[in-house]
Amino acid sequence: MWSDLIGGVFATTGIALIAIAGLGLLRLPDTYNRINAVTKAATLGVIGVLIGVMIIKPSVTSIGLLAPAIILQLLTTPFGSYAVGRAAHRSSSPLAPITHHDELHRPPPAYRAGPPP
Amino acid sequence: MTWIDGLLIALGAVMAVVVGRLLTGPTNADRVVALDLGFVVFIAATALLSVRLDVAAIDILVLAATLLGFLTTIAVSHLLERRPR
Repeated sequence: MWSDLIGGVFATTGIALIAIAGLGLLRLPDTYNRINAVTKAATLGVIGVLIGVMIIKPSVTSIGLLAPAIILQLLTTPFGSYAVGRAAHRSSSPLAPITHHDELHRPPPAYRAGPPP
Repeated sequence: MTWIDGLLIALGAVMAVVVGRLLTGPTNADRVVALDLGFVVFIAATALLSVRLDVAAIDILVLAATLLGFLTTIAVSHLLERRPR
């Protein structure tokens, strides 16, 4: 009974985080803001759901399969979202108008006058 | 275990948002982000179904979807870097 309650709190928290990420995917104005929302859900939301499932039904199969899934999710999610953000910037995905400045922006190369060295 | 049904319905609503963003993303990068959240929703739904149906063996799908989501995100973002817009 107590394990059901505690695991249910963990699982409901995780699902709430995933639902907030879905709201952010629907409402945020920019690709980069959407990457931010999705990455938070992909780490903390998934980990909450998997820990809740492990608490509700603890068995050798579930713990042996879900604990490596938690570790892999923690290791791979930042790298994947970084790759998506870099690819979005290189494929010239538009920035939102409220963006202050762009750290990755490079001006086009200025041609040098005079003879080449 | 009726509260798990409510959580699964909430995940279905998030999956509808994901499919909408996949169909009407302004750029291809938005579609990649939506695909990432789609894998997250699939992982959570599979883990909840293993409790709801009382079958612990389908937790192997959680591990497989974790690895497959990472590889898919990396591969599609490399394709996106190579081709503009």
